[in-house]
Amino acid sequence: MRPAQLLFAVLALGAAASASAATAGYPLQKARTDVGSLASLQRGARNFVNYCLGCHSAQYMRYSQLADDLALNEEELRDNLMFTGTRIYDPMLSSMPAGQARLWFGNAPPDQSLIVRSRGKDYVYTYLKSFYDDPSRPTGANNAVLLQTAMPNVLAGLQGVQKPRYETVPGADGKSVQHLAGLDLVSPGEMTAEEFDGFVRDTVAFLEYVAEPAKAKRKALGVWVVLFLLMFTAFAWFLYKEYWKDVK
Amino acid sequence: MGGQQQGGAAPGRLAAFGAWIDERFPMSALWKEHMSEYQAPKNFNFWYYFGSIALFVLALQIVTGIFLTMSYKPSATDAFGSVEYIMRDVEWGWLIRYLHSTGASAFFIVVYLHMFRALLYGSHRNPRELLWIFGVLIYLALMAEAFFGYLLPWGNMSYWGAQVIVSLFGSFPVIGDGLVEWIRGDYFISDITLNRFFALHVVALPLVLIFLVVAHLLALHETGSNNPDGIEIKKTKGADGKPLDGVPMHPYYTVKDIFGLGVFMVLFAAVVFFAPELGGLFLEAPNFEPANPLLTPEHIAPVWYFTPYYAMLRAVPAFAGTQVWGVLVLFAAILLLFFLPWLDRAPVKSIRYRGPIYKVALMLFAANFIMLGYCGLKPAVAPFTAMSVVGTIVYFVFFLLMPWYSRIDSHKPVPARVTS
Repeated sequence: MRPAQLLFAVLALGAAASASAATAGYPLQKARTDVGSLASLQRGARNFVNYCLGCHSAQYMRYSQLADDLALNEEELRDNLMFTGTRIYDPMLSSMPAGQARLWFGNAPPDQSLIVRSRGKDYVYTYLKSFYDDPSRPTGANNAVLLQTAMPNVLAGLQGVQKPRYETVPGADGKSVQHLAGLDLVSPGEMTAEEFDGFVRDTVAFLEYVAEPAKAKRKALGVWVVLFLLMFTAFAWFLYKEYWKDVK
Repeated sequence: MGGQQQGGAAPGRLAAFGAWIDERFPMSALWKEHMSEYQAPKNFNFWYYFGSIALFVLALQIVTGIFLTMSYKPSATDAFGSVEYIMRDVEWGWLIRYLHSTGASAFFIVVYLHMFRALLYGSHRNPRELLWIFGVLIYLALMAEAFFGYLLPWGNMSYWGAQVIVSLFGSFPVIGDGLVEWIRGDYFISDITLNRFFALHVVALPLVLIFLVVAHLLALHETGSNNPDGIEIKKTKGADGKPLDGVPMHPYYTVKDIFGLGVFMVLFAAVVFFAPELGGLFLEAPNFEPANPLLTPEHIAPVWYFTPYYAMLRAVPAFAGTQVWGVLVLFAAILLLFFLPWLDRAPVKSIRYRGPIYKVALMLFAANFIMLGYCGLKPAVAPFTAMSVVGTIVYFVFFLLMPWYSRIDSHKPVPARVTS
């Protein structure tokens, strides 16, 4: 594409894409995670390893750092979180070959290291809760947040099966259109709705930690840095006043 | 400078060492000329902190930049991963990276406030036209530096932002396509582009910036500083030949600027430690996905400090089958800044003694610039398109009608001495 055409395309596309994004929005629920809670992160790590890591890597996250930050010793780590023959300094890689995955799902499952930073935690939280039954899809499931998602509903056993509820609303051109109003649980899973929310919240909290392992550390340190600088600035103020008292 | 309080036999030796240097290098002379005997007006206010803060941020960017280059890999396959390596595996790497990324935005905030100060008190007017021009050149170099640096994390917004801005040059007739290919060094933004942007970001532009900052300071110390009253303190000298309204830069303004720097650092640290992304303004969410030439982000917006110009670019419709008009408007918007000292025809410099027309015009201009920046962050849909068009017109009217409205505006008598 010639550069001038590209400029045209991008400037026009910006308008078109954002216009469509504005209409397709399924309301996101608040994740209300707590990355400061070690217990929540540990549960989230267990959930991630058991339900996600089979397909999704977290290629920038090392097991050793996980052990340090989540207060686990090597034995606990090996018994609970490391099931493949990986070494402790290895990153968390899925054993699914990307080429095969593309054949099976149409898309290689995306790496999850930074998903919370690129999409936001509310997005991931709502996405994981919004799978519904859709026989027209190859996996038998669709998702209200990311329509036509390639991901199968791996959490159906825990959450149960949801069906979509549509309502008819007038469209932009005057004709009425079907609008996804919500999801209804039609057959229960192993968990109650509250338990499942907690399960997803822990998982998202873990992904939030994985996206930025230094987050808790920087906030804790930041308090002291700002306090020090406030004190420094107060002293600087008195020094300034002392020097300037004879300037008329 | 220094050393007097060492005690014992040291002062004698230190003084001798100082004399030894002074015979070979004008150390004391430079210190006196630019610090301990440089006469600065005693009535500097809040707006005069931003020069020294900008200098501090430049130093911070250079130091943190040096440490980042030690772990960063400028290659299309490794760049994104190496930034995450810095964030996770390098000791204090996350802090160095956040200081650098926050520093980039802070630099622009400080420079915008510094430039606004000039518009308030007429610091760009005779005899400080060259000082202003060096300043605008610094602003231009800073924009280039920020643009090249933004590609380096090799996130998807890095990639597509560079794609859009480089393609601006493609809108020029005849030479456009060749020019874009020459800038990229390839037929698309690639590993080659990343490498040359790295070279420009870490070597070429820092050198240009440092050279321009030195020129800016030399020009400042040649003419002497302006002040909130917009009068020349050199016109009223005492028996000792020093301006009556001046105080030595050191220690008076060094201690005052340390206080200003303290306030700045409190705010800066608050962002670095508690909100380094600043809600997606300083670090954009799509940039946490690696560059993907096949996947355009839903909404491409440059980082906030470029958005006023981006809004102007989008405000101009394409006609005669080309987008070049918007690009010309964008370049004109920046080039106009160079002519500002000659566009302003008012007999007084400071806003304190200027009439209502300039006061209203300047406030409108500042609000308009912020509005344009806001529109540039938003998608090109109603009402932002209409707001951008109005904003672009207001921006140009402020400059182009200035020779007229600044002359007919009323003004108050200017005092001979500075007021507090």
